Amino acid sequence: MMPLLDVHELGKRFGGVEAVAGLTFAVGEGEIVGLIGPNGAGKSTAFDLINGVRLPDRGRIVFRGDDITGMDPRYVVRRGLARTHQIVQPLATMSVLENCMVGACFGRADLPLRAAESIARETADLVGLADRLAEPASQLTIAGKKRLELARALCAQPSLLLLDEVLAGLNPTEIRRMIDVVRTLRDRGISILMIEHLMQAIMGLSDRIVVLSSGRKLAEGTPADVAANPAVIEAYLGNASLAGFESTGA
Amino acid sequence: MREVAAPLLTIDALEAGYGEVQVLWGVSISASAGKLTTIVGANGVGKTTLLRAVVGTIRPWRGSVVFNGDDVTALSPHAKAGRGLVLVPEGRQLFNDMTVEENLEMGAFSRRAARKFGERLDQVYTLFPRLKERRRQAAGTFSGGEQQMLAIARGLMSDPEILMIDELSLGLAPVVVHQLFSALKLLKDAGLSIVLVEQNVHLAFALSDYAYVIAEGRLFSEGRPAELLSRPDIRKAYLGL
Amino acid sequence: MRPAEALRRPTPWLIAAVVLAFALVPLRGNNVGLREELLLAAVYVILATNLNVVLGYAGYVNFGNVVFFGLGGYLCVWLVSDHAWPLLAAALSAGVFVSIVALGFGLGILRLRGAYFALATIGVNEGVKAFTANFPPWGGSTGIYLSIAAYGPLGGPANALWTIYFLLVAVMGLSLALSYAIRNSKFGLGLRAIGQNEDAAVVLGVPTRRYKAAAYSVSAFLPAVAGALFFFKSAFIQPDDAYDLVLSTEAIVAVMLGGQGTVIGPALGAFLYEELRSTLLTTQAFSNFQLVIAGLLLLIIVQFVPGGLMGWIHRRWPRMKRVLE
Repeated sequence: MMPLLDVHELGKRFGGVEAVAGLTFAVGEGEIVGLIGPNGAGKSTAFDLINGVRLPDRGRIVFRGDDITGMDPRYVVRRGLARTHQIVQPLATMSVLENCMVGACFGRADLPLRAAESIARETADLVGLADRLAEPASQLTIAGKKRLELARALCAQPSLLLLDEVLAGLNPTEIRRMIDVVRTLRDRGISILMIEHLMQAIMGLSDRIVVLSSGRKLAEGTPADVAANPAVIEAYLGNASLAGFESTGA
Repeated sequence: MREVAAPLLTIDALEAGYGEVQVLWGVSISASAGKLTTIVGANGVGKTTLLRAVVGTIRPWRGSVVFNGDDVTALSPHAKAGRGLVLVPEGRQLFNDMTVEENLEMGAFSRRAARKFGERLDQVYTLFPRLKERRRQAAGTFSGGEQQMLAIARGLMSDPEILMIDELSLGLAPVVVHQLFSALKLLKDAGLSIVLVEQNVHLAFALSDYAYVIAEGRLFSEGRPAELLSRPDIRKAYLGL
Repeated sequence: MRPAEALRRPTPWLIAAVVLAFALVPLRGNNVGLREELLLAAVYVILATNLNVVLGYAGYVNFGNVVFFGLGGYLCVWLVSDHAWPLLAAALSAGVFVSIVALGFGLGILRLRGAYFALATIGVNEGVKAFTANFPPWGGSTGIYLSIAAYGPLGGPANALWTIYFLLVAVMGLSLALSYAIRNSKFGLGLRAIGQNEDAAVVLGVPTRRYKAAAYSVSAFLPAVAGALFFFKSAFIQPDDAYDLVLSTEAIVAVMLGGQGTVIGPALGAFLYEELRSTLLTTQAFSNFQLVIAGLLLLIIVQFVPGGLMGWIHRRWPRMKRVLE
């Protein structure tokens, strides 16, 4: 079966640094794929390249059979690929409902206000913001803002959702709720590619894990496989040989 | 029954974050005098945030920091340094356009440190001869390892009772890392208390007397390094599985 | 929004009431003095309300907004004086022409953001002003004078002044209606998203380039028509008056004072500002002070009450959000 998202040999350089180099992986339909790796591994850059915020230097991105490499984000969302941001970007003075309506109006389909409103209400309900629809987005707590960020992306009715650290900064209860929401989304047929630093959460949620290190794919597989992979362990825990300093002497 | 001395530094249920985002959810750590205590954990779990909150670069939201029996939670980094609680920050943060000597002088700003300036300078130059050789050179021209040396040296100029170091081995070649650790061992043997945040677990455990493992802004595990290494704990803390 | 829905909200009725008030109040007793005052107020309301579409909704500070007013004025006066066009045709053509020109300029300068965009709009104004001042068919730096004969088709000067006044009031009503319609439309939603966070809006799929250009162009039409009517009434147009940056700035103050991004706010701000201004002008001590006052007002608003009057009212009485949009 053709994968939903196929990323092939993606590369991006900033000045002298290769943020992403030869990155290749895929996301299948109905999958939750976790993207992990140490800080600076290139995860957010990969997201920026996929949804068109940045242009790749080389490589290809194929989504549902269409080449979307370098496509403007506006058109990417129209194809059914939506994303959230690590640093949430609420439309501050606009209400929760209006925020969601923007996502619905300009998402996968070019919807009129009324249709957009009903999708917005439904989606807000799904993520647990139904009682805050009239509130200005700036007045939400961080958990609320994260939920709004998710709701807004969902309103675009995507088939693939890119989640960028959607759990960061949340307390344990909120984390559990958010994890449930993510599972519900997958049950509804939305495929998910998520970046996350909360290892227990992402290892528990994902069907498959892709590990990035210094812009390259270090390993790929089920969470159990990846956690047992020596290269991954070294990337996180550090080079064991460094500990042998006693023998080399001062 | 052996008497255990009160820890030099006690951090109790510390909570902190940036803006609205909470990073630390109640971390408790103690560092004993004359020991090297390490704090390990994956990227982004809050190790740097912890040190910053302890030293006062960011204000703790809740919890306390007790140093030498005094509650110093609300004191500024400057005031803490004046009492002997000194941080060598992540990424070194040297004054790149200043010479080695000038950087070291900047380390001795407090009254406590100024008094012992000469003595400390000798100590530092003995420990790091390379710095003495290049004392008139601008810090920005140094290699990563030399910069780290200078950062530690500058910290030492503050005449610390306890030196907190945020990330030692990051981006450095193994040979250089070995040299730095040898220097740390000498300092520890001479009676300096050290708190080290280090990403390389093996390195940290090779040298430390006691270790804390942080995961997701919380204390995951603690113990003597040998114990910790023998359990699957570390891997679980870093990789979730 | 369907017409039935729109009529159930208070705002359209409020707009209608304001228009009627403007039209009827000076008529009582043929109060020419009041009419002249209200005419000026109407001009400020028109400029502020249309400016709000770009400034209040989309967040782009169009510092040179007066260029639409002046260029519209020039086109109309020239068409009437040199080509004997009837007023209505000239005014409407001026509106259309300026909108098209605005679209052209807009597509160019709307790539810029923040202060750069603001500066570019001043550049547009000064550029058009310089062009006008050196364009012989438009009288160069001397300008164009309309002869009394121009008022003939309107029934003579006295009648003409009333007709022009009513037309301007109509333009004011249309401006308010347009602002209301936009704010409650998908277009308005997109513009406001751009105003809040343009990068987020792009990722959400808002066609930002198209929307910004459309807003800039649409916001030019009615001010151009207003300029056409205003300068026809003055019977004289000249580059310094037509492209007066002071008026441009006052329009911004009006929008900020009343409450940017709301429908009623800019109009309210314009009215209040104009009243303040005319009071200051007649008071001996303050006659040249209006600019200082304008500047101070802007500083205070931006620092302490960025939402303007409407913002303050909405925060104090949240229920009013439905009534005073």
